[in-house]
Amino acid sequence: MKTLILLAVGSAIVNNVVLSQFLGICPFLGVSKKTETAAGMGGAVIFVITISSFVTALIYKFILTPLDIQYLKTIVYILVIAALVQFVEMFLKKSMPALYQSLGVYLPLITTNCAVLGVALTNVTKEYNILESVVNGFATAVGFFIAITIMAGIREKIEYNDIPKPFQGTAIVLITACLMSIAFMGFSGMI
Amino acid sequence: MNKNVERLYNGIVKENPTFVLMLGMCPTLAVTTAAINGLGMGLSTTVVLILSNMLISAFRKVIPNGVRMPAYIVIVASLVTIVEFFMKAYTPSLASALGVYIPLIVVNCIILGRAESYASKNPVVPSIFDGIGMGLGFTVGLTSIGIVREILGAGQLFGHQILSLDWFTPITIFVMAPGAFLVLAFLVAGMNIIRKKMDEKGKPLASPSGCLTGDCASCSQSSMCTGKKEAE
Repeated sequence: MKTLILLAVGSAIVNNVVLSQFLGICPFLGVSKKTETAAGMGGAVIFVITISSFVTALIYKFILTPLDIQYLKTIVYILVIAALVQFVEMFLKKSMPALYQSLGVYLPLITTNCAVLGVALTNVTKEYNILESVVNGFATAVGFFIAITIMAGIREKIEYNDIPKPFQGTAIVLITACLMSIAFMGFSGMI
Repeated sequence: MNKNVERLYNGIVKENPTFVLMLGMCPTLAVTTAAINGLGMGLSTTVVLILSNMLISAFRKVIPNGVRMPAYIVIVASLVTIVEFFMKAYTPSLASALGVYIPLIVVNCIILGRAESYASKNPVVPSIFDGIGMGLGFTVGLTSIGIVREILGAGQLFGHQILSLDWFTPITIFVMAPGAFLVLAFLVAGMNIIRKKMDEKGKPLASPSGCLTGDCASCSQSSMCTGKKEAE
């Protein structure tokens, strides 16, 4: 249990997926203009990464390893993730319309998000078992949620500031990301 | 100008993926801690890009339109797996430095972007040159960002100490995660100035089309994506 908690804190905060591993930069910059949309995106990422970590861990253990074709993992994972996102979208639409209302529009955006594939591959590299994979996936996605929500909050305030012309738009967002990244480095003493 | 040479010029200068189009930002931020890593990442992406452009262009009349994206992804993922094996066998230290970012070449938007916008519509030879041009442009971009970060962050160039530590105090933050964001922020700001100057001269640069614009319309994966309008 203790190792799992340490693993979760490590993936969520210390090695934050956006701010120190640079995965999922696209939605982090693209969908962080408003807090509500950012939170929606974050929620969808948590949902998808947790499920995909579980499914890819199962596939690795029960299909790829027995057949001795672990080297095909990149191809298998990307296809599984793409199919999974479509499937989850259809399932939610049919059986949980309320949840679909809040997450639905973000789901297709995540299909080729590098964070999803990155987490699945990291689980293999670090030799996590199925439970650890799910915990790592969930915690990584929570880290994404934290980062994108904070960023959206800051961006809503930045709108009203007087920024030098060349830095308006993406550049000031990257400077903000830089400062957030420095702040998150402070957590590295925790583990 | 010869069409093939034009493709090379287009990829390296006119539509440089890093500086002008601002594509593939995840690897750009992640692997440019040292010039050699940027070079290695750039070259491996180049190899994948050339081969994927070649194969996709060769099969462009066979692949049905409805399943073209999954087909491209399978082609690219197979090539990336092959490149990853070669790197693990011949350049193990580089392979471990780049780590998970090698398999992540699969989701690099440059590759699917070129497949979708060039290789799927053009014959094999120009597609190969397009791949070479775009790949080298990406390599130049990654290597130069890597050089800046390595010099400021460690006083080194390709691992050799060029600024003596007697008088130079390395600004270590530049080789760490925040430095990546900072360098890219100044790059974007600098490009904004150049872009404005070129507009005034009447020779506008190609507009950025990557994630940095925050605009889904220009995303290479937009054809797989159905939620882009509502999300903005």
